[in-house]
Amino acid sequence: MHKNFKIIIWIIVLALGISAVCAIALNRGESISAMWFIAAAGCVYAIAYRFYAAWIAASVLVVDETRATPAERLDNGRDFMPTNKWVVFGHHFAAIAGPGPLIGPTLAAQFGYLPGTLWILIGAVLGGAVQDMVTLFFSTRRNARSLGQMARDEIGPIGGAAALIGTFLIMIILIAVLGLVVVNAMKHSPWATSTVAATIPIAMLVGVYMRNFRPGRVLEASLLGVALLLLAVVGGGWINHSQALRGLFDYDGLSLAWMIIAYGFAAAVMPVWLLLAPRDYLSTFVKLGTVILLAIAIIILQPQIHMPALTQFTDGTGPIFGGKLFPFVFITIACGAISGFHALIASGTTPKLLGNERDIRMIGYGAMLLESFVAIMAMIAATVLEPGVFFAINSPAGVVGKEAVDAIAKINSWGFAVTVEQMNQLAQDMGESSLFARTGGAPSLAVGMASIFGSAFGKGMLAIWYHFAIMFEAIFILTTLDAGTRVGRFMLQDMLGNIWPKIGQTSWMPSVILTSGLVVSGWGYFLYIGVIDPNGGVNILWPLFGIANQMLAAIALCVATGILVKSGKLKYAWITGVPLVWLIIVTSTAAWQKIFSEDIRVGFFAAANDLATKLAAGALPPEKAAVAPQLIFNQQLDAYLTMFFVVVLWVVITDMLYVTYKYLAGKPLLPLTEVAHEPSRLVENWVRD
Amino acid sequence: MLKKIQHLWHIVRRLTGDDAYEVYLKHHLEFHAATIDAPPPLSRKDFFKLWQEGKWKGIKRCC
Repeated sequence: MHKNFKIIIWIIVLALGISAVCAIALNRGESISAMWFIAAAGCVYAIAYRFYAAWIAASVLVVDETRATPAERLDNGRDFMPTNKWVVFGHHFAAIAGPGPLIGPTLAAQFGYLPGTLWILIGAVLGGAVQDMVTLFFSTRRNARSLGQMARDEIGPIGGAAALIGTFLIMIILIAVLGLVVVNAMKHSPWATSTVAATIPIAMLVGVYMRNFRPGRVLEASLLGVALLLLAVVGGGWINHSQALRGLFDYDGLSLAWMIIAYGFAAAVMPVWLLLAPRDYLSTFVKLGTVILLAIAIIILQPQIHMPALTQFTDGTGPIFGGKLFPFVFITIACGAISGFHALIASGTTPKLLGNERDIRMIGYGAMLLESFVAIMAMIAATVLEPGVFFAINSPAGVVGKEAVDAIAKINSWGFAVTVEQMNQLAQDMGESSLFARTGGAPSLAVGMASIFGSAFGKGMLAIWYHFAIMFEAIFILTTLDAGTRVGRFMLQDMLGNIWPKIGQTSWMPSVILTSGLVVSGWGYFLYIGVIDPNGGVNILWPLFGIANQMLAAIALCVATGILVKSGKLKYAWITGVPLVWLIIVTSTAAWQKIFSEDIRVGFFAAANDLATKLAAGALPPEKAAVAPQLIFNQQLDAYLTMFFVVVLWVVITDMLYVTYKYLAGKPLLPLTEVAHEPSRLVENWVRD
Repeated sequence: MLKKIQHLWHIVRRLTGDDAYEVYLKHHLEFHAATIDAPPPLSRKDFFKLWQEGKWKGIKRCC
């Protein structure tokens, strides 16, 4: 294509992108079309990928396509294997795409659509995608070593231990909050509970099919599974209508929490082929299908965004979670913008499959952009709801009151119009008894998705669309729950194996049961607290998860910056240095506020002390007084956890700065652990000659 | 037209991991079959078991 023609096209993309972002940012009117979001996202990603990512790959990292990757050098036909770049992209994206980008933006919509959307776009392009790409590159140059090992080798032993412990704790908190989200979607909802319950035998059936009946026939088995899942969604409707059967599936939050804990333990102990692996296939297919369907539906329907650009809750009085816009919008949206966990994936299986270094830009940077796009769509689906409806679904009973009338009155007093009849009608349309106080983001996202699907594809089946969306999120979440428990179990076995080697044997049953039990107890405890907390639990758990995740991201960026400095690329170190500084500021401020703030909805100690004072004065009603001691203990525990995260973060930063100083001062330091260049045999002969 | 559909089907099979066993057989033929006491390739069932076990050991999933 003619060079000038290309330049003109990119100028048009730039102009479209700028006008779309301006339209979103400057709009203060009634509603704005979702297409502006799609346009803005598309243009921003295209420009970032074509120019910024390409420049980083070529000038900063200096990607060498004649170099043999570890997949080629250590090829063993199983995990180290040069693979087609699209397959690697698929695997990498499937591994990084969890429920995070769906929940975070939905919660952050409490501030209005603007802050979340801008952070998703800017954070991903300048922070998250850069982190993923450089981590993938550095890991590939080090024989696919993990982030913890790279931290240990390049920065110092503390960094490695920090990454390991940080990962473990993030997993525990993440699983707890995801469990809470699913519990809130299922409580007192026979349809949702029966559908989610049905996914277990379906997964086991698919597992047996793929193991014994038709080994390796992934497509066949998955098709069967997906068909059964859709049947389960429809079947849930029949159960919901049958007076006899619906009682079997109607449970309150606490009972569901215990069931999920039991399920988590069983899934972790059972062989992986029976439940985990088939569930993973099913959830990947359902996830892909739903995301594509949602994108098509949004483009066909071009819905209007009804949430305002900014709400009054930027001042910190928000019902969904306490805290001002800065720093909490950046903590709440983690996976769609910057997520430390992705660095683990980028230094996990993906570098073992990479056939050529030039694929790094597409896989590392590109997959994160796609995840960011999923986050944008979640933001759209959350903000197409009327703000009054959004807050009615997401505000916990502890803030707006238990009775529907009180909740509506409170929400109206904030300036958002909604009525009891409207909510009752909506619940009926969705096949639920009530949509009030279904906190956690998943139910409101499902309502948003159902309205989009319903308007685009057919209004008569709103309840089916809603429960399909719930099933999609639940299967997604429960797979993360199982997989996370399993990963946690491995990590714990690894760590304890240093003390008592027998525990480190991953197949020794007593060790499996013990470590799985410990991991499940860990997240089960936080899930229990989240369920009994009248403020909905999201307020406590999600910021904790966000801080821990950003801490891990900061560790990954520290490692990357350290390596860049040690490679003599100090003048380019800002590409990871700038997002790192931003993360440090955001995480430290958020941690400071969570520990020391006087606001009882923000500060952990403040909340604990307030509750303790009320309990001592006898000012609490009996059912609240019963759970108060546990809540007080948990708030204090969370405060200490936050302190631990922030201390670890600063230790790693200090370590990295010390390494930088040693390099600049010419002092001896740990050498670069990059593997020597070996020419690739997969590239054409003329390149080697 | 038929070729295009076949090509697309191959891509789908590759992306979903459906053809993992065929890829392994090819790899085995290329790298392991030529030695004197060459080990036979794994059966489909055994290969799938190993493949799945390897897939699920370690940190593979995210948030």
